[in-house]
Amino acid sequence: MSDEATPLLEARGVAKHYGPVVAVRAVDLSVSAGEVHALLGANGAGKSTLVKCLTGVVRPDGGTISMNGREVRARSPMHAARLGLSPVFQDPALVPDLTVAQNLRLTGSSVDAVRSQLGAMDLKVSFRELVGDLPLPILRMLDLARALTHDPQLLILDEITAALPSDLAARVFDVMRDRRERGRSVLFITHRLAEVTATCDRATILRDGQDVGTTIPEEGGEARIVEIMLGPEAARAEAKASQLDEGELPEAAVTAAAEAPAVLEADDLHVGGVHGISFALRRGEVLGLAALEGQGQDELFEALSGQRKLAAGELRVAGKAFRPRHPYDAVRRQVVLVPPDRLRALLPQRSVRENLVAPLYNSPRRWGPINMRDEGRRVRGAVDALQIDMRAARQVRRLSGGNQQKVTIARWLASGFAALLCNDPTRGIDVGTKLQVYALLRELAADGAAILFFSSELAEFPLVCDRVLTIYGGRVTAELAGPAADEATLLQAMHGLELDEAVA
Amino acid sequence: MAAPAAALEFRGAAPWRRALRLHGWTIAVWLVLLAMVPYWRSLSEGDFKFDVRSLAIDGLPLCFAAMAQAVVVISGGIDLSIGSLMGVINVLSAREMVDMSFRQALAFSLLLIVLTMLASGFTGLVITLTRIPDIVVTLGMLFVWLGVALWIMEIPGGGVPLDFSNLALGDVGSSGIPNATVAVFAALVLVWVPLRWLRPGLAIYAVGSNRNSAYLSGIGVSRTRVGAYLLAGLFTGLGGLSLSASSAIGDPNSGATYTLNSVAAVVLGGVSLLGGVGGLFGVIAAAYVLTLSKIILLLRGTDPNYANVYQGALIILVVILGGLLTRKTRS
Repeated sequence: MSDEATPLLEARGVAKHYGPVVAVRAVDLSVSAGEVHALLGANGAGKSTLVKCLTGVVRPDGGTISMNGREVRARSPMHAARLGLSPVFQDPALVPDLTVAQNLRLTGSSVDAVRSQLGAMDLKVSFRELVGDLPLPILRMLDLARALTHDPQLLILDEITAALPSDLAARVFDVMRDRRERGRSVLFITHRLAEVTATCDRATILRDGQDVGTTIPEEGGEARIVEIMLGPEAARAEAKASQLDEGELPEAAVTAAAEAPAVLEADDLHVGGVHGISFALRRGEVLGLAALEGQGQDELFEALSGQRKLAAGELRVAGKAFRPRHPYDAVRRQVVLVPPDRLRALLPQRSVRENLVAPLYNSPRRWGPINMRDEGRRVRGAVDALQIDMRAARQVRRLSGGNQQKVTIARWLASGFAALLCNDPTRGIDVGTKLQVYALLRELAADGAAILFFSSELAEFPLVCDRVLTIYGGRVTAELAGPAADEATLLQAMHGLELDEAVA
Repeated sequence: MAAPAAALEFRGAAPWRRALRLHGWTIAVWLVLLAMVPYWRSLSEGDFKFDVRSLAIDGLPLCFAAMAQAVVVISGGIDLSIGSLMGVINVLSAREMVDMSFRQALAFSLLLIVLTMLASGFTGLVITLTRIPDIVVTLGMLFVWLGVALWIMEIPGGGVPLDFSNLALGDVGSSGIPNATVAVFAALVLVWVPLRWLRPGLAIYAVGSNRNSAYLSGIGVSRTRVGAYLLAGLFTGLGGLSLSASSAIGDPNSGATYTLNSVAAVVLGGVSLLGGVGGLFGVIAAAYVLTLSKIILLLRGTDPNYANVYQGALIILVVILGGLLTRKTRS
């Protein structure tokens, strides 16, 4: 039995560098038994690397890791599980071409144990299904269930909620509470601070590969955490951006947008899980789409951007019929997409510049010699507008997630657009970058762009949107004014429940 | 907050549809083989039993080569040295076995199979240790083995004991079932099927499907890949020996065509070149389809030079058709 004062997990001076790049400089982390501990930090602060060090995915260059006062060194994720550390990684650890049952056999997990863990979370999945056929959120839950079968002393969740709709995220929080009640601990990594204040006992914050503070998160204490996380300089920028959510969304702007001409109109669309969605996206507005996972939003985005053929319904761009059969058609009509998976949108091996200008050369008229001066001007404009960090610009895959996301947006700035379709543009990027994205979207709208905005993070809607449509079962269930789209109201409408009063 | 905690059930495709997706290709290749039979019979004037035996014998080395290739491709690699390594085994066995008794020849065969596994495993080791892509290392090995074969035997020669030849050419008792067919299915059932359902076989699929997920699932990725090459070596060794047994002579260039034909059989047999998908049962059918199509073209009197054109076109056509049908069942 460990004595009360000995923490369950004690990491001291853990360091890891990849070549000349220092990912983790020197991190101390201490997690007590029966504690839900948050690990926070901007993108690139070293959270994921620290987790990899703890769980034996990579070998740390320095420092010590102890469990119950005894020094341990995990050699592999499996070995870590035997030491009592079970991770759920950011990338699903399930092999796509095998069935769920085969995957469990591969790791020596008990099928019954996993099934009962899923049952405890109110989930049912056929184990004969190929993993590649299952949606990502279900895979995360399967990973979690599999980790739980080891009854780990420390469960490590690396951004598990980033790809989860709110109803599944709620189940993860239940699991975390349950672990605490059993005297087990959880190390919880997330970008969503509201989740931290609601569920965590303590939080350790990383910045630039070092721990810069451990606090007890309280309801409403998010600003304090952001301050520690970003450091003094960035906190000031954040204060500027936060004026957006208070001052700069007056009622007047909303009505003005309602009278503006429609850029993109959808009339009774049917495609995949979409069963009759209509809307008009107007000049100068950000129109939010809020939905739980799998309510048809992905198919809607695919149809609008020309990746999927409509089964029925009509689309109009600037009043003229729009039937895209290829993303090329959509791009030509200046309807452009920022997809949820940024690596699908980017050319990861190529430079930032090439990524930014790639859409420019769609039109055969622009083939032939490249106008370097014009290209350079566009690239500089877009890079400046988004403050893209150009230090690793030779290959986009070397950029941090937040910077990559900026590139996916910036390339449309470089080529120009009428309607910007953003499908979860802030997934898995840090708070500072998120704030920049919000500010940018508002700015673009103010300049007359029309933006369709889906997010899995409900708190973003009142910050960014003029109007919000909630979708449930492939249909629009409610229209809310941006400022009225608070989390409670959204959740209600997203579950297809009647709103108490008409808020629209 | 009004989030109701309803039970969430994920329902996938209907079971028959899933089964069709998993095994449809294999079934289809066997059906293609069956469908070719009536046409083949209408062209041939020979005795059916005799013709079946010739098909089994002709297809024997390719079956083993394709099985070897399939294992490597499923694990996410590709082995361009299979054919020339078969050639090495062919000349080595023909040179040494020429004066051996049947028993000695059998014992020597076992030794050769172990040697082939070591040779192929060495290739795998080089690949995983140096992290040079499979295609580069095995392309190099192709030339190495070609040279080794010429070094062992410059011009065709040697021989094998008659009983050893009969292993490939004969029938099982008087049943009319060719030994060559039995050999292929025995290798499949005794080696592959048990592995397929145990962790090592699953690991081969896992590594080919997604290396990172496999690693995070606790699979030793390098170990598994080397294991796949070892296993491929076993089938390659059998392929080389079957060349000797069926031709009763050693020829340093005998293996040349098997490398690319094994890739063709793998593709036709429903194994994804990206790894992780497919099985050996379909690949065997594909090897027979390729062999039979060659026989049919020969019977029709097609110029052998054009025969390759037809065969190439056939492969592309079948794979296109299969791709279209797969897409249908997916959506």
